[in-house]
Amino acid sequence: MPAELRPAESHTSPVTRHASRVLYFPGCALKDQAQEYERATLAALGKLGYKVEELPRWNCCGTVYSLAQDDLMRHVGPVRNLIRVQEAGEEKLLTLCAMCYNTLRRSAEFVKDPESLRRINAFMDDEEDYRGGVRVLHLVQFLAEEIGEEALSQAVVQPLEGLRLGAYYGCTLLRPKEIGVDDPDRPEIMERILQALGAEPVLFPERMECCGAYLTVTRPDVVRERVGEILLSAAKAGAQALLTACPLCKFNLEERRPLGTPKIPVYYVGEALAWALGVQEIPEELAKSQAGVIR
Amino acid sequence: MDEVQVKVKPEMVTVYIMGQAYQVPAGLTILKALEYAGFRLVRGVGCRGGFCGACATVYRLPGDYRLYADLACQTTVKDGMYLAILPFTPAERRPYDIRKVKPTGETLLALYPELARCVACNTCTKSCPQRLEVMDAVQAALRGDVAKVAELTFDCLSCGLCTMRCPAEIPHYHVWQLARRLYGAYLAPKAEHLHRRVREIEEGKFKEELDRLTSLTEEELRELYKAREIEPE
Ligand code: SF4
Ligand code: SF4
Ligand code: SF4
Ligand code: SF4
Ligand code: FES
Repeated sequence: MPAELRPAESHTSPVTRHASRVLYFPGCALKDQAQEYERATLAALGKLGYKVEELPRWNCCGTVYSLAQDDLMRHVGPVRNLIRVQEAGEEKLLTLCAMCYNTLRRSAEFVKDPESLRRINAFMDDEEDYRGGVRVLHLVQFLAEEIGEEALSQAVVQPLEGLRLGAYYGCTLLRPKEIGVDDPDRPEIMERILQALGAEPVLFPERMECCGAYLTVTRPDVVRERVGEILLSAAKAGAQALLTACPLCKFNLEERRPLGTPKIPVYYVGEALAWALGVQEIPEELAKSQAGVIR
Repeated sequence: MDEVQVKVKPEMVTVYIMGQAYQVPAGLTILKALEYAGFRLVRGVGCRGGFCGACATVYRLPGDYRLYADLACQTTVKDGMYLAILPFTPAERRPYDIRKVKPTGETLLALYPELARCVACNTCTKSCPQRLEVMDAVQAALRGDVAKVAELTFDCLSCGLCTMRCPAEIPHYHVWQLARRLYGAYLAPKAEHLHRRVREIEEGKFKEELDRLTSLTEEELRELYKAREIEPE
């Protein structure tokens, strides 16, 4: 019998919510092109003792945050997701994709303006009103701030020793600075996580530069130029692999490489977490270089 | 005993059909009310049973801002209702060869890229007379879950009401049809027992029995029919 159907026992405390329950918003890309990111991260968070639940009936976040102040329609989708969080009795929403984080978080900020919230609530007469207060968190914030580096490093069973990993932030995790997961000019939150996992974080100057994003469709030449510079910068600093939290960044970094650029593999940050926690094997191309490490 | 003829006067309501007021008996469906009012419908009607989706109708009620959408053959008139039927929703069905496409989200998006314009306003769901979770189906399409799209839209009548109201101009019912076809062609479990039976028939398993039946006289057939085994209830 599932736990929730079992008759309550008299001695149990009246706690309705699992302390480690986390609601999470996957987003379309993680259900399609970036399934490995979701798989690795959920396995790792499970290992850390979290009961990660997919947000019921989530809808696409809209992907690109609308800059038009009067384009309220663009906020309807994100706010509807926040209402789902509210309905589930939670106040925190975990995101994995950097773009989803950006859009949802910015909409959550936008509707702090009472007039905008009132109009959006009036439009969504098919839902309960959004009351505000849902916190949108990105995975890296969850790891570094909610779990903390110390607890994280204690959970490591397969330290990423000897791996020189470069964190590529791109734009959407950092900008605008009001919603950035860290200082947009000198971010180090991902490096702190990598250190906790036993890896050697490699700082490279282009780690918060734009990869060209959606220009990949209309101006792949621009993206190729950007990607070339990013990879060169990472290689010069000695990174063996790059980690990202964005499926579009990953696509660009892999598929828009100019000829002759350093062959640096790109992984999701959730995958590195899964290696270190022992729920996934370190890929061979990286394990090889790890073998030579003197312990 | 003298026969007493009782004439019950039906209760009448006022409906506004495309702006013109008509008195019609309460309890009629919108479709019958249209005919009662003298309209001869050549479009906007088909099965009269809630299956064909031809009688898509939009209406408002006094003092209510909402624009309701329903099937004329399935909805009874209300006093003060003002309505118009929308017998057809123009939407382009993109050509494809079902044997050459894959059952993925990419197929849906390649043929109907406007899916990505969905702003999750839920207007489509609110306008569906079948009460389908139309927006959820669009969302499932966006995340490449073709089976889910097929499941959520199984009862779609292609009435076009969602498509007429969508601010993202998505031709929903064509997308649904494609998803269901992809599901049927590639994702639905194959009915092995059916193939087995077809093979058995081709191999002549029932030939002897059938030949015997076709050679009987009508009288013999009747007797056989009466003596047939009937499964217990
Ligand atoms: S909500 Fe209606 S009135 Fe407002 S911009 Fe959209 S279509 Fe126009
Ligand atoms: S869906 Fe096909 S099989 Fe089913 S009732 Fe309609 S026409 Fe008949
Ligand atoms: S999904 Fe759209 S086309 Fe299908 S029945 Fe509902 S409103 Fe009509
Ligand atoms: S009406 Fe159109 S834009 Fe609105 S939720 Fe439905 S599909 Fe999306
Ligand atoms: S006439 Fe066919 S659904 Fe109404």
